[in-house]
Amino acid sequence: MASSAAPRSKTKSKGLDPARADEYRGWLRQMLLIRHFEEKAGEAYSLGKIGGFCHLYIGQEAVAVGSLAALGPDDYITCSYREHGHALARGISSQAVMAELFGKASGCTGGKGGSMHLFDASLGFLGGHGIVGGHIPLTTGMAFAAKYRGTSQVAVCYFGEAAVNNGAFHEALNMAALWKLPAIYLCENNRYGMGTALERASALYDISERACSYDMANEVVDGQDVLTMNAAMERAVTRARNEKLPTLLEVRTYRFMGHSMSDPIHGHYRTREEVEGQRKRDPIAGWSQRLIADGLMDEDSVRTMDKNVLQEVEEAYQFADQAPDPAPEELYTHVYAGEEGER
Amino acid sequence: MATLTYRDALNHALREEMQRDPNVFLMGEEVGVYQGAYKVSRGLLDEFGPMRVVDTPITELGFAGVGVGAAMVGLRPVIEFMTWNFALLAVDQLVNSAAKMRYMSNGQVGVPAVFRGPGGSALQLASQHSQAFESWYAHIPGLKVVMPATPADAKGLLKSAIRDDNPVIFIEGEMLYNIKGEVPEGEHVVPLGRADIKRQGSDVTIICHSKSVGVSLKAAEQLANEDVDAEVLDLRTIRPMDTEAVLNSVAKTHRCVVVEEGWPFAGVGAQVVDTIQREVFDELDAPVLRVTGADVPMPYNKQLEKAAKSDPAKVVSAVNQVLYRE
Repeated sequence: MASSAAPRSKTKSKGLDPARADEYRGWLRQMLLIRHFEEKAGEAYSLGKIGGFCHLYIGQEAVAVGSLAALGPDDYITCSYREHGHALARGISSQAVMAELFGKASGCTGGKGGSMHLFDASLGFLGGHGIVGGHIPLTTGMAFAAKYRGTSQVAVCYFGEAAVNNGAFHEALNMAALWKLPAIYLCENNRYGMGTALERASALYDISERACSYDMANEVVDGQDVLTMNAAMERAVTRARNEKLPTLLEVRTYRFMGHSMSDPIHGHYRTREEVEGQRKRDPIAGWSQRLIADGLMDEDSVRTMDKNVLQEVEEAYQFADQAPDPAPEELYTHVYAGEEGER
Repeated sequence: MATLTYRDALNHALREEMQRDPNVFLMGEEVGVYQGAYKVSRGLLDEFGPMRVVDTPITELGFAGVGVGAAMVGLRPVIEFMTWNFALLAVDQLVNSAAKMRYMSNGQVGVPAVFRGPGGSALQLASQHSQAFESWYAHIPGLKVVMPATPADAKGLLKSAIRDDNPVIFIEGEMLYNIKGEVPEGEHVVPLGRADIKRQGSDVTIICHSKSVGVSLKAAEQLANEDVDAEVLDLRTIRPMDTEAVLNSVAKTHRCVVVEEGWPFAGVGAQVVDTIQREVFDELDAPVLRVTGADVPMPYNKQLEKAAKSDPAKVVSAVNQVLYRE
């Protein structure tokens, strides 16, 4: 499997740095956690335990894991509605995320946000957002705040390739470049905006080239290779933190599942052959084989890790299933701060 | 007391709040070098510099979102829309981001931002530049909607809006910027959510806000000549509405007319009437009537425009109807 993942950067061709072995193993664990968490979420959805929309991240795990590993604890993160993986990789517990999908009081937004609106302000994780492209200007605002206060914080925005065709993307990136803000716009190009292929929606195939409109640094990244992803993100973070300049990263990836739970894996807009071809570039299989090849793990330790992760996911599921619903009076809390004169 | 224009009262509020809190900044089109499209921000760039008085490209959706994002991490932006007509491009950020962030995040992330600019019609600006949108925003839980009618209220309410931890829609009157009025010296703060009786009366209550307050006061003067003693109640804050003040006044006069600049269907007046009929039905001696703008896009022609707007004569006529004099 690793052989089909053509090396795209110098980091790939070199041996893995043994000094970072713990970190590398941690990435594998995070990717396994996201994969198994999402599989379990899909199962829970089918059982009716999760409602609404549910957009799974299976296939794209290396993007969130590799990029978030390059951030510091004070940085700001916003995501689209396909954000279970980012939430887990940033460190929200699998129990708190699963309980949120179940709509429970123990969820990371108390059952009010659900799958599309995960938050943990203490981790700088400032939301899954449900309107395509709507959170891109918010991230520009967070980067503006970092510059305003003179901090070294970076604001990162995750969005799909379909968002680049709307005005929010253009307006937000133009201002970030104009004002020299420490923002990173990470476009997860998984080829499809729901069922519309990139080339059926965008006049320009290479999304990274859009950065030229804003005189902004940009890079095309292989999002199926966690190490390549991490290295590219580190370059963008350095540019933001040290030079106070934004970057557009076009990260090429693929979702192995349908757009949401109601969309079959293949059918009208993509073929079985295409999906199976992409599955050969599974980011988790590729990374575990790399770790084994470089002697940082062996098959047994990978298997043990996988088992531990499955156990964690099962516990998250049980936790969520048994957690209480929000109290009825929660309906009216947090509409307004202070709640003065109005609930 | 100092005599100030509505424009300068707003300017003083901005200056004082920016002096008071370094997290407050002003952002919008032409707010800096140009000194404000309506000169509300005159002198602020010189005093506070370009990091705190930020000129933007013409991107309402974009800079409204920048304001929401900055507020989510603790700054207190004042986002100026050149007019609320242009803010239609930013409605997604106001409704989907600003209004819902606190609720969706279960109280973790608030949006202490003010979105301000002129609303309503001016003179012969035609359909796309003559619109009153307060009922749209007042419909949205999570937003507050504030509309001052006088220089004193403009200053005091803007200061409260900036200090409020919620997103506040602050709609100024495009035709009010030049009006003059007394403004208390020193710290002058008017709390949100409190109506104000601009004229005491006993025969009928005229409920109004923003530019309609002037219209209603003129109507009340004419009515006084006919021995009708009208009370004029200025809502000042549309949401949260001061229902107690509304109900007390109607319980006193037993007759009511609601005046607004906007369109009739699902307007602010509809909400006022709903509250009155539910809470003080037995106090009413006549159905509550509404005076609104005509239910059409605003025409350009001067005579047609005049016919489309609420004016003192229409208010007098409505009052005469609720008094069964007409």
